Amino acid sequence: MRPPTGDYPLRLEDEHIPMVRFQNVTKRYGDLVVLDSLDLDVEEGEMVTIIGPSGSGKTTVLRMLMALEMIDDGVIYLEGEPMTHMVKNGTLIRADKKYLRRQRLNIGMCFQHFNLFPHMTALENCIEAPIQVLGLSKTEAVERARDLLDMVGLLEKSDEHPSRLSGGQKQRVAIARSLAMRPKVMLFDEVTSALDPEVIGEVTQVIRKLVDKHNLTMLMVTHQMGFAREISDRVCFFYDGKIEEQGAPEQLFENPERERTQQFLSAVLEAT
Amino acid sequence: MFDWRWEFVGDILPRLLKATGNTLLAALLGYGIAVVLGLILALAQRTHYPLLNRTVREFVEFIRSTPLVLQIFFVFYVGPQFGIMLSPWTAGMIAIGLHYASYLSEVYRAGIDSVPMGQWEAATSLSLSAARTYSRIIIPQAIPTAFAGMGNYLVGIFKDTPMLSVIGVAELMHTANAIGSEHYRFLEPYTLVGLIFLAISLPTAGALRKAEGKIRENMGLR
Amino acid sequence: MTFIEFLKTYGPQLANGSVTTVMQTLLAAGLAILIALIAGLMRLSHSRLIYGAATVYIEVFRGTSLLVQLYWIFFVLPLFGLSLEKFTAGFIAVGMNLGAYGAELVRGGILSVPKGQWEAATALSMSPAKMMRRIIFPQAFLNMLPPWGNLLIELLKGTALVALISVADLMFVARKINGVTYLSAQAFGTALIIYYLMSRGLITPFMRWLEGVMTRKLGKA
Repeated sequence: MRPPTGDYPLRLEDEHIPMVRFQNVTKRYGDLVVLDSLDLDVEEGEMVTIIGPSGSGKTTVLRMLMALEMIDDGVIYLEGEPMTHMVKNGTLIRADKKYLRRQRLNIGMCFQHFNLFPHMTALENCIEAPIQVLGLSKTEAVERARDLLDMVGLLEKSDEHPSRLSGGQKQRVAIARSLAMRPKVMLFDEVTSALDPEVIGEVTQVIRKLVDKHNLTMLMVTHQMGFAREISDRVCFFYDGKIEEQGAPEQLFENPERERTQQFLSAVLEAT
Repeated sequence: MFDWRWEFVGDILPRLLKATGNTLLAALLGYGIAVVLGLILALAQRTHYPLLNRTVREFVEFIRSTPLVLQIFFVFYVGPQFGIMLSPWTAGMIAIGLHYASYLSEVYRAGIDSVPMGQWEAATSLSLSAARTYSRIIIPQAIPTAFAGMGNYLVGIFKDTPMLSVIGVAELMHTANAIGSEHYRFLEPYTLVGLIFLAISLPTAGALRKAEGKIRENMGLR
Repeated sequence: MTFIEFLKTYGPQLANGSVTTVMQTLLAAGLAILIALIAGLMRLSHSRLIYGAATVYIEVFRGTSLLVQLYWIFFVLPLFGLSLEKFTAGFIAVGMNLGAYGAELVRGGILSVPKGQWEAATALSMSPAKMMRRIIFPQAFLNMLPPWGNLLIELLKGTALVALISVADLMFVARKINGVTYLSAQAFGTALIIYYLMSRGLITPFMRWLEGVMTRKLGKA
């Protein structure tokens, strides 16, 4: 439980506060450094896509932000408030579980393997946390969930259990489930990687809708370069736990400056 | 109330340790019978004779669903009714050996079933004979799975040997009962029996777990 | 004496013994389930003390024999001022013993729920208690049912030992009849068949039914 080394503000008080800030974030698994002093800001309403070879730390970025695992160094801020830490007696200390639970309310996450609750129907998946965590009445929660299931085009599957849904449908329910918590930030962790090619479109369609119609801040890890390019405000290329290069999609995909980015992109394009 | 007498412990410990020898002997003999007989019961269920398969299957189910202590009584007392006298040891070994043979036959079956279908298919595609398929492909892969179960039942049979006391096999429990009724003291003998069981079964279980890990490692599984 | 006559004469006694066996089984099962839940959850605790206490309990009860435990509880506990009536001592010993085995099933069942389920519940800010109760346990429960079926059969078999402290269960009655008549095959054989019917005719179908109900309820069918 050591405090972060270096100087970190108790909260961000600049004129302009990013929605998410990674400041000097390091994550290790044993000797392996997965994230190496990462600095990254994500602005409100921005869609940032993370690409890179496997093992480059892409997914770790999202998992650290959601605090599914603890970072080893640095601080992550959410809307200017520390996320991984909390203020006590004028210093930053490791966030306790209660604080994390409260902060996580601002973030929604969709997983590669959906992680829907198999013993609950699509609708039950979507009302569970709003009722149990947010304290919504069942009527309110159901109404909210039905709107969202409608938005992802699955209203008629409300009463099906996940085992009856296709991969694409499961992922759309998972998106609805996350949105039902009204998060400010949405994280998409390789949400199409486990899907059959023919259903990827129905999921990307939903994400596209979110980008167009809602002012959500989004972070997405993906292997789909075409989709990343079309939808992102900014693309970050990760290599070895660091951002090797970042920029607007046109710039990064058409005129990558770094050699590693060029190699990665040409290798990926070769494969498709 | 709490009246633990160390000198009494000193008096009875040699007798209990001697009986421990009998307990271990009973466990090992019974286990030896179970290992061999279990294999026969398992293979009998893989033959192509439906009647044999079915009969053995039901027999195994029956043995596994009924209490060992009752089976021990059954074997011991039913013989004399038909003029066959069995010594407590013989009856006990038959009963406990048969009981654990049923369990081990299931362990063997599970081990063989744990080998993926693709392994059989690969062996077939390479035109390996049935014997070679079993001996070189299936059994070696079944061993790690079976080993864990076999180890559990080795410890299990050891812990079930006190039931042999009911027909007079002079193992630990029987000796503790005898001491208890001779001296009207049960605290020390029963507690010591418990401790002796712990002292043997815990390290054995630990060693077996380690051995299982080694086997898996050596076979490049995991 | 034909077998029919044997049944006519001794059937009522065997029936009484069977009722006692069923009672012992039900009470011991209730206790075992309770202990298994508590000790199993304790084994998942991050607190060394809680984890350690459960581990000691489990290792002691799994490391020694049920018969030793039964005798200890019945003959030794009174020396500590805790005298239990033989019927009570019987099902407590069986329940405590099988509860130790059950604890490992509970622990294993909970750990068998995929990591993604924990993460999804965490991402939805669920509290640990709610996560366990609403997300993890219902799934763990279904995973646990098949091994619990086997455990309950072991438990039924375990109750036969209470005859050795003179609880008048099925085993006890069979022994008594054998002592009076020397019709060992009939006495012990009938008891064996009754135990078999209880295992495969009651416990196994009940567990299958429960599994079916839970599977449908959890929408996995």
